[in-house]
Amino acid sequence: MALLQRVTETHRQTVDFILDGQPCQALIGDTVLTAVLTQRNRLRIEEFNGTPRAGFCLMGACQDCWMRTEDGARLRACSTFITPGMRLVSV
Amino acid sequence: MMNSLSPVIVGAGPAGIRAAATLVAAGLKPVVVDEAIKAGGQIYRQPPDGFTRPKSSLYGFESRKADRLHRLFEAIQPQIDYRPGTLVWNAGANHLDLMAPDGTASSLGFSHLLLATGATDRIQPFAGWLTPGVFTLGAAQIALKFQGSILGPRVAFAGTGPLLYLVAYQYAKAGADVVGVFDTARFADKLAALPGLLHGVGHLAKGMYYVAWLRAHGVPLHGGIVPLRVEGEGRVQGFAWQGSGRARRVDCDAVAFGLGLRSETQLADLLGCRFAYDDLNRAWLPERNLSGRSSLPHVFLAGDGAGIAGADAAELAGERAALALLEDAGHLVDRRRIALLERRLQRIAKFRHGLERAFPLPLADWGGAALADDLVLCRCEAITVGSLRQAACDLGVTELNRLKALTRIGMGRCQGRICGAAASAILAAELGQQPGTVGRLRGQAPVKPLPVVTVSHEDAA
Amino acid sequence: MSARRYDAAILGGGIVGASAALELARSGLSVVLLERGVCGAGASGVNYGGVRRQGRPPEQLPLSLRAHAIWARLRDHIGIDGEYTRSGHLKLARSETEMAALLAYRHRIAGLGLDLDILSGNMLHDRFPMLGKDVVGASYCTDDGHANPRLVSPAFAYAAAKAGAEVRERTEVTDVERDGSGFVLQAGGDEIRADYLLNCAGPGAGLATRAFGETVPLSSGYPCLGVTEPLPPLFAFNLGVEGGGFYARQVARGNVVFGGGKGYALDDRSCRPDMKVLMQTLRAGTAVLPALRQTHVIRFWSGVEAYMPDRNPVLGPSATTPGLLHGFGFSGAGFQIGPAAGAVLADLVRDGRTATPIEAFSIQRFTQAGQTVPAVAHS
Repeated sequence: MALLQRVTETHRQTVDFILDGQPCQALIGDTVLTAVLTQRNRLRIEEFNGTPRAGFCLMGACQDCWMRTEDGARLRACSTFITPGMRLVSV
Repeated sequence: MMNSLSPVIVGAGPAGIRAAATLVAAGLKPVVVDEAIKAGGQIYRQPPDGFTRPKSSLYGFESRKADRLHRLFEAIQPQIDYRPGTLVWNAGANHLDLMAPDGTASSLGFSHLLLATGATDRIQPFAGWLTPGVFTLGAAQIALKFQGSILGPRVAFAGTGPLLYLVAYQYAKAGADVVGVFDTARFADKLAALPGLLHGVGHLAKGMYYVAWLRAHGVPLHGGIVPLRVEGEGRVQGFAWQGSGRARRVDCDAVAFGLGLRSETQLADLLGCRFAYDDLNRAWLPERNLSGRSSLPHVFLAGDGAGIAGADAAELAGERAALALLEDAGHLVDRRRIALLERRLQRIAKFRHGLERAFPLPLADWGGAALADDLVLCRCEAITVGSLRQAACDLGVTELNRLKALTRIGMGRCQGRICGAAASAILAAELGQQPGTVGRLRGQAPVKPLPVVTVSHEDAA
Repeated sequence: MSARRYDAAILGGGIVGASAALELARSGLSVVLLERGVCGAGASGVNYGGVRRQGRPPEQLPLSLRAHAIWARLRDHIGIDGEYTRSGHLKLARSETEMAALLAYRHRIAGLGLDLDILSGNMLHDRFPMLGKDVVGASYCTDDGHANPRLVSPAFAYAAAKAGAEVRERTEVTDVERDGSGFVLQAGGDEIRADYLLNCAGPGAGLATRAFGETVPLSSGYPCLGVTEPLPPLFAFNLGVEGGGFYARQVARGNVVFGGGKGYALDDRSCRPDMKVLMQTLRAGTAVLPALRQTHVIRFWSGVEAYMPDRNPVLGPSATTPGLLHGFGFSGAGFQIGPAAGAVLADLVRDGRTATPIEAFSIQRFTQAGQTVPAVAHS
């Protein structure tokens, strides 16, 4: 089961995006963090020990939730909204 | 002369909004810079467009306050220069460096600056705290309020502070399976704190309501616990704690954790505000008096960003600090209003003392000395507790910035926001001293990571 | 209370002073190292961390080569490796003019013991594919490298203490004067006496020069440095560009440390990076290392460095006062040569002379021809 469960506000329009090469769906208004953690247990692999990370504070303070896009850009998942066609990498 | 005033407010939570409204009422047009995309701060954070839950559902008992503040901000928006989604990443003597939502950098001058930078959860690392599924209490609340999602579905709520019971209650009401509330404070602490807490009868009543509700709905409430570890590889599978003299565990999918709040003081630091160790907050804070004046003549401080007192105090302090700003800029101000604001702020301060007694930081049995050497303290760069102790011991380090230079603690992406308090506790424990005696991590720009494209952008001002 | 007497008192616990203290203590002399803050926390500790000989003027190369030999046995010398790596130093040319300057430098230092490989075109880009296409050529110095100054510079002081030097931190020296055959210092409430006085106080070196009637055009500079978040391995070498404006190194943890411009002073001891300068630096940086564009800077810092107008240090005996030795003004390039500068000062104390040529660094170069050197100043 994914780390985040939707419990309300599920009427929103869907957004298609790519996660680790696979087509996925999120909802308009989802942060990247919500879009990914409703499907996966991680956002990235930590650089030093190779362990998975999934964010911590969700308010842009702890800087734990960085994610990569396929083109190599890095974005902070808790404060970036998912957009159609976004291509994200969690490995 | 008054027309040449260019006041800037950083933060659009309760303190920043009240401050802005006060300046607008005096005929000024402040710039309001806020990192969030919508005003309200963390406590009255508004969901993105397209979300439809009513405010009563989002903010519970606080929905009327939230609504009033949101409406106030809407009303003054035409009279302010509002910069949402904008990071203040550096502060100089009379300018701020900004990054706009589109990533462009610019510089913003000010004649007067009012900082209302808010707070984040206070954290103490413990075994397994890096496991996906361990989040702060604030994070648990944001997931629900801002995204309509919950951690879990089986969640353990651990730590201490008023937020612990509130978020557990909100989660249980939203359908989460709250496997328990694990309070590091003891019931006896709360009894001892009662006299102070009576200064805030309303808050006390709400707090008791959450506890009673949780108990009535069969949620196990544990007091005086010590978190032992989060179990699980790759994701949370259980939570283990020490309570009533024995080690116990429970299955769960997530742990929401926090030890009260800590102020975001980086900008005050970069500006050169004088800091002092505050015993109540157990933190170094920029000095401010009841009027919100800092040690610098043109810098004012309001709200939880300069010491934790909660949202009601933040509203009062925002207005009070704005009046101080106006007074110092030569405006006439309403003395009776000032006296009223200060009386109310003092009353909340007494309640706040009570809260600290009710939810004390678990330093005695869970402080720096108790942390294992192999525990990763810095989630940014994987610095361990042991490497700090070794530097302190081998190299005779007695001050936190020296420890930072030698071990990199506080040098990662978060600049020590998460690990700073624990690093201080560990060093102090090594030296057999109190945390306030080993100094504080100096703030450095950028306050948060800055994309290289932002600062290297051709068109940036 | 009678004042303690030492063979040598050293002003300044940076890498130069601490290196001198280490050498002297190992020679069996009694030494006190006086530092107003903590050792290795000034320019020695917050600098960029380049350990390079390439690019230095010919007159610095003998000193630099002596330092190179000390760096080679750093762990034996100070007890840690300080993240020192002989990664090579690659100095880039972005135009034919800059390329000509690299070639001219190689010609100028020919025969002085430093080998440089000139690379250009496909050979350069095949070997270093991370470089931007605007880079037309480079000069490569194989054995140059980089190290972590936050670790190395304090370690010199720790090693000195271990060797028997008395290291006094948080001790501000407020007055120095000559007394008979030695010196008397007022330091943190104590009186200290010494036969030799070593002035290694960096930006604070003016205290001792003024006290003994030596006027030097010492000024302060504030390098504007930054570091990125940890990145996958991108480049191993220490990177510079001809003409300055950008330099960078990637540490083992993955962070890229960079600099190039100047910050501004808040007061005489602290300084800040300047946003416009950072923009210029990063624009120059992303041109030569395009992969930096997608990264984040997590910290900027600056520090106070002592500069001389000709960018050479003052290193050697005082022109006015026997027993006073200077070692300051390394002009933003003292980290690599610092250990050797300290060794030279130790030579001068121990033997009265040094085999390393230091004439170019004499303080007398700032006294005008024909001007009489003032007699010993008394306060």
